[in-house]
Amino acid sequence: MAGNPLSPHLQIYRPQLTSGLSILHRITGVALAVGTLMLLYWLVAAAQGSDAYAGAQRCLGSLPMQLLLVGWTFAFYYHLCNGVRHLLWDTGWGFDLATAYKTGYAVIGGSVTLTVLTWICVVAQGGAA
Amino acid sequence: MAQFKLPANSRVTDGKTYGNVSGAKRAKTFRIYRWDPDTGENPRIDTYVIDLDKCGPMVLDAILYIKNEIDPTLTFRRSCREGICGSCAMNIDGTNTLACTKATTAVNGEVKIYPLPHMPVLKDLVPDLTHFYAQYASIKPWLQSQTPAPPDKERLQSVEDREKLDGLYECILCACCSTSCPSYWWNGDRYLGPAALLQAYRWLADSRDEATGERLDHLEDPFRLYRCHTIMNCAKTCPKGLNPAKAIAEIKKMMVSRTL
Repeated sequence: MAGNPLSPHLQIYRPQLTSGLSILHRITGVALAVGTLMLLYWLVAAAQGSDAYAGAQRCLGSLPMQLLLVGWTFAFYYHLCNGVRHLLWDTGWGFDLATAYKTGYAVIGGSVTLTVLTWICVVAQGGAA
Repeated sequence: MAQFKLPANSRVTDGKTYGNVSGAKRAKTFRIYRWDPDTGENPRIDTYVIDLDKCGPMVLDAILYIKNEIDPTLTFRRSCREGICGSCAMNIDGTNTLACTKATTAVNGEVKIYPLPHMPVLKDLVPDLTHFYAQYASIKPWLQSQTPAPPDKERLQSVEDREKLDGLYECILCACCSTSCPSYWWNGDRYLGPAALLQAYRWLADSRDEATGERLDHLEDPFRLYRCHTIMNCAKTCPKGLNPAKAIAEIKKMMVSRTL
């Protein structure tokens, strides 16, 4: 088979809702692992004293970091909601396509809603910084 | 390791255009993957414009029309033309299905046809299924029993036990599901894929089979079973409406429950 070509795959396969949510689950998982480092930085700064903590607060309060924090918030809620979806699958429930699509849309709606609510609370309390 | 890009010899180029259908009321364009093992050239996409009033309603009718009337070198598998043999499985309009049960009018715009994804191509739309069949054989797709068969009748099943095989026995091994699965694309050498696993569960679920333990032992492996991440392309694309993802989940449940 050395000379035979490999038929196209990712290049031509039409993206599906289910496959999109699946890869998003993995992407958000990776993002959360990176986000843990950010959390660690914040905690270390807090342990080092008020000067270091104030610096960390300035850094995290900057616009790019705030946008990243919105992204991490969504990643957290999405991974959580879709994780529950995976737990239901582990029980054998939710595999027929109609249900899989309903739970898929519910996960999107739920994670977006929770992200928005969280940031409404943040802004109402005067911002994260 | 997942390789997302096609190897250099597999990149697809533009090919020829055939068909003069001036005056046709229902002209339709087909863009079809071609690869000729005799030329050593890269695969190409040939374009065929045909008049749908001159051929039958299904994609298989259209490509048979192309082969008969326009380009006899176009190569594909087909046999039953009624969705039971699985020969004409191919990627049509971005998802895998049987050309004989896919209506041409169900595709908006150009009809793009590729061989089943991420498979070695033998010619045009014909993929090499040797490994796929070997994986099917590896799950021992036959009844295994220590108990001697009754001398005067068949091994009988209750109606309820027989119903457990519904949604499993209908599989025609067309390979649409396995070749739609990204996990099978990246790890198909060791991951059995949805088709073979659905069949594995078909025998695990059979009340007459007595090799459940051995069957589960064979699947208890980081790759053979557990590369399923519930992406569900398999269930979405199955032309018979079956649900391999569900069958794989049932196998995983059996793995857990036998340790309790």
